[in-house]
Amino acid sequence: MELIVFLVLLGLGYVFGRLSESRHYRAIIQREQVLRDISVVPVKIPPPEYLRHESTLVCGSVVISVDYFKTVAASLRNIFGGRVGAYESLLDRARREAVLRMQDEARQLGAETIYNVKYETSRIGENAGKGLGSVEVLAYGTALIASTASK
Amino acid sequence: MLISNMEVVPGKRITQHLGMVQGSTVRAKHAGRDIMAGFKNIFGGELKGYTELLSESREEAIDRLKQQAAALGANAVINVRFSTSSIAAGASEIFVYGTAVLVEDR
Repeated sequence: MELIVFLVLLGLGYVFGRLSESRHYRAIIQREQVLRDISVVPVKIPPPEYLRHESTLVCGSVVISVDYFKTVAASLRNIFGGRVGAYESLLDRARREAVLRMQDEARQLGAETIYNVKYETSRIGENAGKGLGSVEVLAYGTALIASTASK
Repeated sequence: MLISNMEVVPGKRITQHLGMVQGSTVRAKHAGRDIMAGFKNIFGGELKGYTELLSESREEAIDRLKQQAAALGANAVINVRFSTSSIAAGASEIFVYGTAVLVEDR
């Protein structure tokens, strides 16, 4: 009986997890194309051409959950060692999504570019015991807005 | 109040440093959201409730940072950093800190 429950959860996790991941990747790639004009740069000090721009803090955050299949796949990996591909794609999605939300905020402010981008990652894991549970990624940076005085 | 995570403010000169300011919040989500999150851990996907919660607490932490900076008479906070930690089951902390400064137009 327990084995059946386990297999059902595994199957559900695999199917729905795959679906949501591929859907998410499609959305990410599409939005990255749209928001490409707002450059995101992890450079501390902006070049002098931005000297007359207004600056303000922008953030983007996202919490993404693992699915059951990933949890099981990762715990198997823990036995044999090696790359944990299941978690890599999860973190990649979360980081890219956070940056996209930050770019969205910057666009609403009319910003040209975002400098000094930093990431903050943490896990919210109380639901999954020792496993990963879900990851939270916060991306933040300083948006530079061309002020009317600078033109 | 100008908030920036760079060490310099483009086009402005820093005239005075007023010391470090900080803001933090600890938030927990209600049990219903926790149950939903438990389901999500099977199916995968974004936890919208948690995302909302975290952006709310981020806003609040920044508000507290601004209040402290205003109390010091600053007109900008630079070099802002965020830090998050999950301190207990079901509660997470957001901590934001930066340097309160006085800036003027160059």
